Amino acid sequence: MSNRRINWYKYAAPANFYPLAGKMIPWFTVITIALFVVGLYVGFFVAPTDFQQGESYRIIFIHVPAAWMGMFLYVLMAVYAGVGWAFNARLASMMATAISTTGAIFTFISLVTGSLWGRPAWGVYWVWDARMTSTLILMFLYIGFISLQSSIDDPRRADRAGAVLALVGLINVPIIYFSVQWWNTLHQGATITARSFKMAPSMKWAMLILLAACWMYSIAVVLVRVRFIILEREREAPWLAEVAA
Amino acid sequence: MHWSSWSEFFSMGGYGFYIWGSYGVTLILLGGEVLMLLKRKRRLGRSTADREQLKTQNAKLETAL
Repeated sequence: MSNRRINWYKYAAPANFYPLAGKMIPWFTVITIALFVVGLYVGFFVAPTDFQQGESYRIIFIHVPAAWMGMFLYVLMAVYAGVGWAFNARLASMMATAISTTGAIFTFISLVTGSLWGRPAWGVYWVWDARMTSTLILMFLYIGFISLQSSIDDPRRADRAGAVLALVGLINVPIIYFSVQWWNTLHQGATITARSFKMAPSMKWAMLILLAACWMYSIAVVLVRVRFIILEREREAPWLAEVAA
Repeated sequence: MHWSSWSEFFSMGGYGFYIWGSYGVTLILLGGEVLMLLKRKRRLGRSTADREQLKTQNAKLETAL
């Protein structure tokens, strides 16, 4: 193998990252659309009717990916915020800010779709069980992060304050994940565990393809948003005039 | 394919409200996020253009003086 290495640090600088992200956005957009089309087709036209829940189970194809994205994106946001704080890396902090909105949206989708599934499955839209309560707290953590950052005028101070909140709130993620094991909950257990997968293959594939679609969507919108944040924060930088022209 | 008609597809075995409600909310929120980003892009473009104009005006002013 050649000893040519990619210099990853290069892309920690907004000046190098900005054009790279711009080139990547169209690809992620195309992949997102393709995966949504295929995933929804498999979910609605290939996956069979569930013998227990009838058709109502089809909410799972969007509910589970949205709930996972809410948690994944929170962890990602906290890691970026932490890196931005610890190493004084401003692009990492900007990434955390860019992720927060999308994470909040997915968490909200998981709450609404879960509620719409709860009504036919359990007879109620909402109960204060551990899984649902901890997911609601996740939503509040996102809202807290976003409003805290927008209430501080100095961007780097806002980054630091957000990082503290995001890192403290990280404790909530394992609580959400293990809530169905630790407490007696109305919410069903994990859909996918290392040992078993209690679903027909086409159901599993619909869910996994839509999860991939949500990932690609998140990457695309976060890249678009982080470019806007770079533009807003570094508009006086000379490199920007060259790239943006 | 297990739907014999479109009306059967839309009724979803009586769960149409919950299923289409779920997918509808998802579509509105993700679509709304994309729209907000497009709006922000337009706003950013406009403010950048304003700044450029201001800069050239200032430059002209300086040379005139």
